[in-house]
Amino acid sequence: MNSATVRNLLVRGMLAGLAAGVLALLVAYFLGEPDVDKAIAFEHVPAHTHAHEHDTEVFSRSLQSTAGLATGVLVYGVAFGGIAALAYCYALGRVGRLTPRATALLLSGCALLAVYVVPFLKYPANPPSVGEADTIGRRTGLYFLMMLLSVLLAIGATLLGKRLAPRLGTWWATVTAVTAFAAVIGMAYAFLPAVNEVPSHFPATLLWRFRLSALAIQSTLWAGFGLLFGELAERLLDPRPAAARARAVPAAR
Amino acid sequence: MGQTVAQPTATTPAVPATLPLRAIAPWAVFFGILMLVLLYFVGAEQGATSVFNGTDVHEWVHDARHLLGFPCH
Repeated sequence: MNSATVRNLLVRGMLAGLAAGVLALLVAYFLGEPDVDKAIAFEHVPAHTHAHEHDTEVFSRSLQSTAGLATGVLVYGVAFGGIAALAYCYALGRVGRLTPRATALLLSGCALLAVYVVPFLKYPANPPSVGEADTIGRRTGLYFLMMLLSVLLAIGATLLGKRLAPRLGTWWATVTAVTAFAAVIGMAYAFLPAVNEVPSHFPATLLWRFRLSALAIQSTLWAGFGLLFGELAERLLDPRPAAARARAVPAAR
Repeated sequence: MGQTVAQPTATTPAVPATLPLRAIAPWAVFFGILMLVLLYFVGAEQGATSVFNGTDVHEWVHDARHLLGFPCH
């Protein structure tokens, strides 16, 4: 019975992740792709001699910016949808007096912060032509380390808050947990090595716009996921007959 | 918004029952790893490390990798 609930939530999480991925894909295509193209154009300015694998053209730009982009964003959506659904199974009923729908949106907001925003503030997204080919191993390692650290610390802060709640009350327990999270993340920011490989003449406005687009994509993905998955989870978990909430959700199941 | 809580017919509390960890664990182990493998192929394959030779995977998801914030070449 419980196992079936987990399975049902997992399936819904992956579907909601796919749908949120479609929304994020629209943002990525219309907001992000123009910046990617401009950055690639900068890369091919003759003065900028940077031997690069793009010159070999395995796939055309029009394929990369449509089918390739879609593959990446949708797989990302499904994968994080599944992981978030599993985390949701654990969070459900354990994070406070919240409905299934509110729990989903809270989890989604925390995931946006822990999985993306916190690592992004230290190692922000970079457009093509920013970043040296020979440091890819180090940069990838640092990025995934920051992501892992942020997620583990967010889980730790949540458990700490739960622990403190009976003594300090929900408000101050939450404030303490968030402060502890910020303090440790701040130390990680301070001690982990910086990465700055922006070419000297790369347009600052383009870099700024690209990074804003990257943030917009993630915000769309996680907001969409939180709302869609929350609705699906609410319908699945609310045991009351459909008539009791007919006004809110007609023909639930 | 909120009608489900505000309905006068609501006799049960709004807080849902918890799912025991042992019901979640098998799904979390199997699907968690599967999802992480998917993320690896979108985010890092043929960049820092390679399971397959060549650059096809990297080039195919190239734009997504940049726009999703992963380090890419």
